[in-house]
Amino acid sequence: MNFNVDEKGYYGEFGGAYIPEMLYPNVEELRQNYLKITAEPDFKAEFDQLLKDYVGRPSPLYFAKRLSEKYNTKVYLKREDLNHTGAHKVNNTIGQILVARRLGKKRIIAETGAGQHGVATATVCALMGMECIVYMGEIDIARQAPNVARMKMLGAEVRPALSGSRTLKDATNEAIRDWINNPVDTHYIIGSAIGPHPYPDMVTRFQSIISEEIKWQLKEKEGRENPDYVVACIGGGSNAAGTYYHFLHEPEVGIIAVEAAGKGVDSGHSAATSKLGKVGVIHGCKTLLMQTPDGQITEPYSISAGLDYPGVGPMHAHLAQSGRGEFFSVTDDDAMNAGLQLTKLEGIIPAIESAHAFAVLDQKQFKPTDIVVISLSGRGDKDLDNYIDYFKL
Amino acid sequence: MNRITQKLQEDKKILSIYFSAGYPDLNDTVPIIQDLEKNGVDLIEIGLPFSDPLADGPTIQASSTQALHNGMTTEVLFNQLANIRESVKIPLIIMGYFNPMLQYGVEAFCKKCAEIGIDGLIIPDLPVDVYADQYKAIFEKYGLINVFLITPQTSEERIRFIDSVSNGFIYMVSSASVTGSQSGFGNVQESYFERIGNMNLKNPQIVGFGISNKETFSQATKYAKGAIIGSAFIKHLSENGSGKIAEFVGKIK
Repeated sequence: MNFNVDEKGYYGEFGGAYIPEMLYPNVEELRQNYLKITAEPDFKAEFDQLLKDYVGRPSPLYFAKRLSEKYNTKVYLKREDLNHTGAHKVNNTIGQILVARRLGKKRIIAETGAGQHGVATATVCALMGMECIVYMGEIDIARQAPNVARMKMLGAEVRPALSGSRTLKDATNEAIRDWINNPVDTHYIIGSAIGPHPYPDMVTRFQSIISEEIKWQLKEKEGRENPDYVVACIGGGSNAAGTYYHFLHEPEVGIIAVEAAGKGVDSGHSAATSKLGKVGVIHGCKTLLMQTPDGQITEPYSISAGLDYPGVGPMHAHLAQSGRGEFFSVTDDDAMNAGLQLTKLEGIIPAIESAHAFAVLDQKQFKPTDIVVISLSGRGDKDLDNYIDYFKL
Repeated sequence: MNRITQKLQEDKKILSIYFSAGYPDLNDTVPIIQDLEKNGVDLIEIGLPFSDPLADGPTIQASSTQALHNGMTTEVLFNQLANIRESVKIPLIIMGYFNPMLQYGVEAFCKKCAEIGIDGLIIPDLPVDVYADQYKAIFEKYGLINVFLITPQTSEERIRFIDSVSNGFIYMVSSASVTGSQSGFGNVQESYFERIGNMNLKNPQIVGFGISNKETFSQATKYAKGAIIGSAFIKHLSENGSGKIAEFVGKIK
């Protein structure tokens, strides 16, 4: 079975480009050019050089000794938290801004939930001297003041999304509207593996550096390229897509996806899309989607602002439906405790998004000989207030 | 013959009005349709509200959100419209986003529309290619006209393709924008209207986005068969309730 995108832009039944005609020229321009541009030697050279000297890649593959002892298995951490700007998001924003420049675009727009993708976008816009507008839900702006300040320092304009539920999905709607209104000079940097084709594939390819490095790093450390499992948290699913990419067609590698259960999958306050979603269309793609029986998109919940998206990338919807991926849901409480445990055992404070992935160690029994690579997608600095509140520190 | 096709054969410029079903109040849908017909409107687009209407500007989204809040659903709308053909003769189109239709079931949705006497659909986020591949046969089975959009950025080749798939009219978006964001037309739109007018398409065109008064209506219909008013009418409803429709239509015609 093919787990990559097909020539029509689908992963199984998921994906496609369900966009209003107003967006067609923009998306079509991108679709016709993204593979061509990213295959050019000068693009590759510039992308690789920036990932190395600016982002600080390769990110280490770290053997977590004390964590491994506790769970009696071999746990490696892929340290995306050590990237410039503190998460995997920058891999994609660098790739996309280089594409945007080659398409002759002058203006960059982005959506952001917690602000991580907004910061990563504002960062590369500062680097390239390009105008940057970030749409962010009014409620998220209030919740994520430090990231709003960072974006402003970096020269971006942060525009509040005032419609609907005033969170990530509405910020995405506003960014799409901006693109409709500015079809010629603007590129929209989508931050997750979502949106109309070719976005899920393009974002996945830029993030695939994660699994590319895991392969050679593991070969150096363990003498084999393939671990037994790769584990990642999933909101829209960009870090997961990058972590899985080079293992999708290696049947001996188990793919584990961890969604945010919030207060519990059936509590009414959850973001576990693979459990609660039905096939639907959101932001230009057909995927699993949390919605009312009437087809209205519902507001997900998670303590982690990066995981509360009502859909999931179409690649992941296909992994869930086909059974290639094993999907777990982790509650707020379990994620917070897993985050604290990682801090105490390994001296690493993870982003709460990433902490969800670590809680799988309590849900699934791995063998002592198993090699389990967990994507540590971001660092926890941005979440200190949450940790302080939760643990009464 | 489909009522839309029949209407388009009349020797006149078509005035089409869009509003969100269930707005301002849940049960305003039918009285507003009746009133619009009484005042000489030629065609009505009934908006099926959606939580995330990404081609719409703030005015229509706010009316959509309010309608959902009022309790509007696909089922409620179909119930409200069940006997509409006893009192209303002009063509009726349902305009809505794809996801609610997908959840209802595309075929079930089309079947219901045909039973009620709905003549066509406008689904902005159902691309013409997907429609042609997967849904065209269903629409045709139920005698429904599906209307596609073109914009100033749409290439000539694609316009020809859309024209070939269409069987009613083409919804010509006046400028690169979401709904409700324009005021008046300039030279750029004039020449776009003329360019499309000169393409001799098989389907007539009706212009939408940016029409709010007599002046913009007559500019838009210089080359096109008709024009659609949405946000300006919603704004009128939000300020005046559903009682002063004659006044609004009188200012356009």
